[in-house]
Order: sequence, then C-alpha cells, then structure tokens
Amino acid sequence: MKETVLMKGNEAIAEAAILAGCRHYFGYPITPQTEVAAYMAKKMPKIGGTFLQAESEIAAINMVYGVASTGHPAMTSSSSPGISLKAEGISYLAGADLPALIVNVQRGGPGLGGIQPSQSDYFFTTRGPGHGDFHVLVFAPSSVQEMADLTGRALHLAWKYRMPAMLLADGTMGQMMEPVTLPDACNAFGDDNPWAATGTEMKRPHNIITSLDLSPENLEKQNFERFERYKKIEETECLWEEYLLDDADICIVACGITARVSRNAIVEARKQGLKVGMLRPITLWPFPKKALAAAAEHVGAFLCVEMNMGQMKEDVELAIRCKKPVALCSRVGGMIPTPDEVLEHIRKIAEGGDNA
Amino acid sequence: MMNHKRLTLFAGHYGSGKTNIALNYALWLRGQGLPVTVADLDIVNPYFRTKDGEIQLKQAGIRLISSEYANSNVDLPALPGEAYSLVDDRSVCGVIDVGGDDRGALALGRYVPQIREEGDYEMLFVLNKARPLTRTVEDALEVFYEIEAACALPFTAIVNNTNLGPLTRPEDVIAGARFAEEVGARTGLPVKMNCAMRKLGAALQDTVSNYFPIDILQLYYMEKEGTSLGKINL
Repeated sequence: MKETVLMKGNEAIAEAAILAGCRHYFGYPITPQTEVAAYMAKKMPKIGGTFLQAESEIAAINMVYGVASTGHPAMTSSSSPGISLKAEGISYLAGADLPALIVNVQRGGPGLGGIQPSQSDYFFTTRGPGHGDFHVLVFAPSSVQEMADLTGRALHLAWKYRMPAMLLADGTMGQMMEPVTLPDACNAFGDDNPWAATGTEMKRPHNIITSLDLSPENLEKQNFERFERYKKIEETECLWEEYLLDDADICIVACGITARVSRNAIVEARKQGLKVGMLRPITLWPFPKKALAAAAEHVGAFLCVEMNMGQMKEDVELAIRCKKPVALCSRVGGMIPTPDEVLEHIRKIAEGGDNA
Repeated sequence: MMNHKRLTLFAGHYGSGKTNIALNYALWLRGQGLPVTVADLDIVNPYFRTKDGEIQLKQAGIRLISSEYANSNVDLPALPGEAYSLVDDRSVCGVIDVGGDDRGALALGRYVPQIREEGDYEMLFVLNKARPLTRTVEDALEVFYEIEAACALPFTAIVNNTNLGPLTRPEDVIAGARFAEEVGARTGLPVKMNCAMRKLGAALQDTVSNYFPIDILQLYYMEKEGTSLGKINL
C-alpha cells in the first residue's frame, strides 16, 4: 500500500516533481510559493539533484531552458509578479519547442499586489504567458492531492508534446496542509531524446535549439505545426470534474480554492431545494469547452466563482456560445469568497434576478 | 492533571501543528482559571496564523500578541514589540507559538536570556510522524538540533502530534506516540503529551499516556467533513 503523508501544497509539488523524475530546480523566493524552493533545497542535494537559487526569476527560467535543451526535465516556480518576469523565457521555451514545468502559486495583483491568494493570472496564463503565438498546458489543482498528481501529469505532458506546462495554483493551495498519497517514483522521460543537444559524437547533424528562424516561410511553417499539435491537445487532454451536475438547474464553474468554497455552497443550496451543480475545469488550457457546451444544453444558468474580476467567465461564455446567462461571484485582492456569498448569488439566479 | 510552567513554548518542524496546539493549550490553561497570553512569534508562515483563532481566544479572555502584519498583504517578518511583555510580566501564563524549523526559531533568540534567567519554562518539540521530512528518528533529530542551535534554548520535552488531518486514525497517533518515545530516548527527554483530534479521544485516552484533545479551527473555505468529489474524466 502506498503511504499517505501530511503535506503543504507547495511541498507536494516539490516531492511529486522529484518522484516524476525531475532533478533540476531553479528558483527565486517569493511568497506564497517559497516552500517549493525550501523543500527542493533540502531534498535535491540528498538525491544527487540540482537546487539552485538563481539571482533572479529571469535567470531561473533561462536555466530551465538550458537544462531542457539537453533533454532533461527541469522546473521553476514562483508567484504572480515573478511569473511576469519569466514571461520572456516561457515564450522562448515555447518557440524552441522545449518541455518544462513552471509553477505559479498566485497572489493578489496587479503589480506587487499582496501575498494573499488570488486567481487573477488566468488571462495571462491561458492566453500564452509571453509574446508570440503559443499556448502552455495549464493545470488548476483544487487539493493538495491534486497538487501532487497534476505536477506529475504536467511534467509528462510537457515532455510528450514538447511544450511548457504550468501548474496554476492559488496561494491557498500552496499553503494549506492535507493528507496526500504520493505517486510511485518513475522516470518517463527516457534518456533518448533525439531532439536534445547532447553532443553529436560526429554521428549525426547538430540539433539546434532555438526560437529564431531567419526565414519567414519556415517560421510560419513552425507556427502552423505547433498549432496542429495544440489542436490535438484540445481534443484529448481536457480534464474537468462534474459535481452533482446531472439534474442541476444552475451550474457553478470554479477552479482551485473557489471550487471548494462552491462545494460547501452547493451542499447548502441542495438542502434548501435548489438544484445546483458544478463543472470544475482542471485544465484551464485546454479549456473543457465541449463539457460546458453539453452542460448548457440542460442547465438554465451558469455562475462563475472566481478570485479575479471575471476572467474565466469570458471563456465560459465563449464555450457555451452565450447560450445561457453567466453570472459572476468574485472577490479580489487576496480575499476568498464565502459559501454564503456564493449561496446569495445562487438564490438571486434562482429568483431570476442575477442574469448578468 | 498535567503540570505546566509559567512559559510554554511550542517549536518544531514547520507544519507539525504548533499553532493549533498552542491555541488549544492556551484554552486549557485558561480553563483552570489562569491568566493567559498567547504570543505569535511566527516569522515564516504567510497564511494560517494564530491570528485565525483571535475570536476564540478573545471570547475565552485570552490576550493575543501578534504582529500587526499577520494575515495582511505584506510579507514582513516582524515581531510584535508587545512580545517583551510576556517575559517581563511574570504574573501571566505565556504560550509562545514559535515559527517552524530553525529559520522560525531564530526569532526566539532575543527573548532567550530572560527566559533562561527566570527558569520557569517548558520548551516543547512538536512532532508529527506523518510529515515527510520528519518520518525517521534521524530526520526528526536533525530538525530538533537545528532548532536548538538557532534559538539557543534547549528543548525540555516532546509533544506527539502525529496526524493526517481528517484521515487520522487512532493507530496513527499510537505509532506517533512510540516514535516520540524513541526521539525522547535519544534526547533524554520525556513525552509531555500525545495530541489528537477530540473525536479520537474515546479510542485514545486509555491507550496513550497524557492524551491531549485538540479542537481544530474550521476555516470557511475548506469543505465540511464528508463532502465528496464528483466525477473526474481521467
């Protein structure tokens, strides 16, 4: 039987990455994700891995680029302002078709904002965090167990599709402690990565890792090829949870900590005879559009519960082609909505008064 | 009935449960009619602070000394100036919630000369065997000595707080009690108490020595017990 331990969300990310075979971590401290770095600092030297506190977030993401170029799994982690600094490097990773794991344990913004939790990097992350045409795989864990499970999944899919993956957690997920059953150690990355820059031994042409292309025709071709891959990912890699959705009149859409608040509100609403369910996106890119469109066929209204000003709400409206009204319950700046606040919105919708 | 000293300090690996125990211990002291003050000296944790229990403490008539920046939007490892009153005013019982690991314990150092001079204190090493970095005696001892070195105050007893949150079974606590005894044997210290959620009391009070019931602060954004997940398309 697998062992269950009690972990902080940030520790679970670090341990799960190690178990998935990642031996290279580069980071720079920032609340509320510092425990990822602290755990790596303690553990990596004991297992022959690399922990390096870089001089800046920009340096850290470029170290990730370097390791990824050699065909080894690498990761970095930060919180919102630090991820802004990494954006250039993430774009270069995407342009060079390199796999990497980037963790963002979000805090309130914009700017320096504050250290309390937030989900306000939704747009920034799901639209490709950096310049140019690209996507990163985006995972939104809602428990410490998922912090571990999705870290492993993100690393493996990044590898499979040769693209950056991002674990987009909110500060609460990083700081809370819960029991977690850790996955078995594995190394699915392999030693034979034909694209990696590992030395030709004069037996093959050079592998050139770059995002630069002198020919516009070639650069266009690469973009087209990349988006063919994205299309396939959108068809096969969507993850979501459906909670009491089958008979629901109102469908809550929430991820991370707000999905947990919503669960409490749904239980209470059901006690009061209101048929409420939830569709919780677990991947934010690819976004579970088809599942939402299917829900729009049988629910009367949607309610997005977010810790931003309604960023995911736009994706819900797009996914359901504005077929049904989508209302919003949101708190920002480090505040977490309460189950009562969610319940109040549910009641308003049920009474026909909150059709946004 | 368990003995107590004028000052009780809870230190240990971070995430070992110091804050919850400190709150419960303060309420236990107060329950005996004693004047109690709790000081939050945690300079490490940004969330989940003693301040979360402010209302309960106030209702019980317990004073809380906490950084004005606790649970705020700034990340300032500041100590409250008032904390000195705890070592200065010897008429109250003080419960001190020390930050996790050696980094957290460093902040305690400035109060240590007075604490030692008075000599009426207990320095408790809180231990949760289910934490991944303190699962073996060797690992636990590493944290133990790092903390002592950082704050220059030797531990006087061990507190077993082995738990897996809501999944904790009595056998986990019992295994933790044995583990705490082993750490105690290696350090020459007694186990002061075996902590566990109050609902496990029936199974534990005759099985482990010095069982100490813990009530856990319910945070509104965590699901109520028994809530299950829906269908996930894996």
